[in-house]
Amino acid sequence: MTTAFFHPLISFVDKTFVITEFELRKLRHDFTELITRALQPALWLLIFGQVFARSGMMHTGNIPYLDFIAPGILAQSVLFVAIFYGINVIWERDLGIVQKFLVSPTPRAALVLGKGFSAGIRTLSQAIVVYGLSLLLGVKLNWSPLALLNVFVVVVLAATLFSTFSLVIACIVKTRERFMGVGQVLTMPLFFASNAIYPTTIMPAWLKVISHLNPLTYVVDALRTSMLAGSASSFGLGLDYAVILVTTIILVLVGARLYPQLGV
Amino acid sequence: MISPVVEIETLTRRFGTFTAVDSLTLVANAGEVFGLLGSNGAGKSTTIKMLTTLLPPTSGEARVGGFSITRQPVEVRRAIGYVPQAVSVDGSLTGYENLLIFAKLYDIPHGEQKARVREQLEFVGLTAEAERMVGQYSGGMVRRLEIAQATIHRPRVLFLDEPTVGLDPIARDAVWAHLIDLRTKYGTTLFLTTHYLEDAESHCDRIAIMQHGKLAALGTLKELEASLGAGSHTLDEVFVHYAGTTLDSGGSIRDVSAERTTEQRLG
Repeated sequence: MTTAFFHPLISFVDKTFVITEFELRKLRHDFTELITRALQPALWLLIFGQVFARSGMMHTGNIPYLDFIAPGILAQSVLFVAIFYGINVIWERDLGIVQKFLVSPTPRAALVLGKGFSAGIRTLSQAIVVYGLSLLLGVKLNWSPLALLNVFVVVVLAATLFSTFSLVIACIVKTRERFMGVGQVLTMPLFFASNAIYPTTIMPAWLKVISHLNPLTYVVDALRTSMLAGSASSFGLGLDYAVILVTTIILVLVGARLYPQLGV
Repeated sequence: MISPVVEIETLTRRFGTFTAVDSLTLVANAGEVFGLLGSNGAGKSTTIKMLTTLLPPTSGEARVGGFSITRQPVEVRRAIGYVPQAVSVDGSLTGYENLLIFAKLYDIPHGEQKARVREQLEFVGLTAEAERMVGQYSGGMVRRLEIAQATIHRPRVLFLDEPTVGLDPIARDAVWAHLIDLRTKYGTTLFLTTHYLEDAESHCDRIAIMQHGKLAALGTLKELEASLGAGSHTLDEVFVHYAGTTLDSGGSIRDVSAERTTEQRLG
């Protein structure tokens, strides 16, 4: 009875890590993308962040503006990298790779989650870049091991969430051209309707409502709480984690339903 | 002793009002090389997609390796291997890694995985190329690696969709030599689609010709040629008689583009 229950679960976890492992092996063969990805957060922090910090237009309470946006830019770069992940899935479908995986006995949810995790681990490089830039700019970081662990986990989970969202979109639109269009349309609203570069307190009421439904807001809140010394959470880390986890689980289940349609 | 391994019964698939496969009924036997012929759009690929559990049928049923494609898809997946028409190995991994991932996904015991991968590489003559990135392989090498990948778990049936498309004659012969070896060594049943009549003529034990989603003719090459009546006939004549047209007449833009991409990548 217990083996009958645990075997599918163990197999699911095992297969998820097999998929993740091989996605990461690809990275080992070609890591140029890690370098090119570092550019965007650098621009946001060094140019946008510095200029707005000097303008003194943003009221971010007792934390300086640059400190305020550093976790926001980390969340944003995780979102921007993860949201285009689905294009790989369309590429793999146009070749025969998706079909080959679907014909294997691998659980569909493991195929989806495995890819999501690999995107999560890939985006850790963004965290290293943002930490490096923050050090240069004099952001007061929290170096306690627990805080670092929280940042690590939240970055991986957030990238898993948004890359799985991207996979779901890829399964629906099915072509690269449409995917690029939809990807562009989604990223900016997700970014602007969040607390990444300004506090929700200065938003008009309607936008505040939307931002509270936006998972990115909880990602930013969790990162800000953990990354900065002396920053209090707006929602509480527990709620942040709950929103991120529940959204990811729902997206993985939806993705597991839709992914087989790419094999047709 | 003849034992059926692919049993198809009134299998039907509709896309909207278009019937791609129409009440197809046929049986392929264990150890057979079974060729499915037809013009583009005759329903060959749709049939293979249903048999490999990629596409659910609209109605009808098929059993592969004794398992129902509609009720036991996971068991079917364990019993089969599949080489799609498009290139299905990953160019950004080495040949060795491409095989290792499938050894893991098919639950080959941990201690045996490496030996099995080596055995497969040896079988298709790619041992020396194992650590090279697949992106640098030639077309014939890619196809051989795909065959090694699709048979790493020793499937009872290997489905191949246009296995020799885009290959030069020498690479084609090499691919066929490995396919025939599979049958000799492991008794694997080969179920394939092709529109190269020479492939069907020289390698298939039995041939089924499809037209507009229906089975138009089925038999050995000799039987098909004899069915046209007195005089000697070639498979070309048999094909034109049953498929109603010469080869290469139709297909959607996506089919054509997929085929050309495959040719480009392999060629």
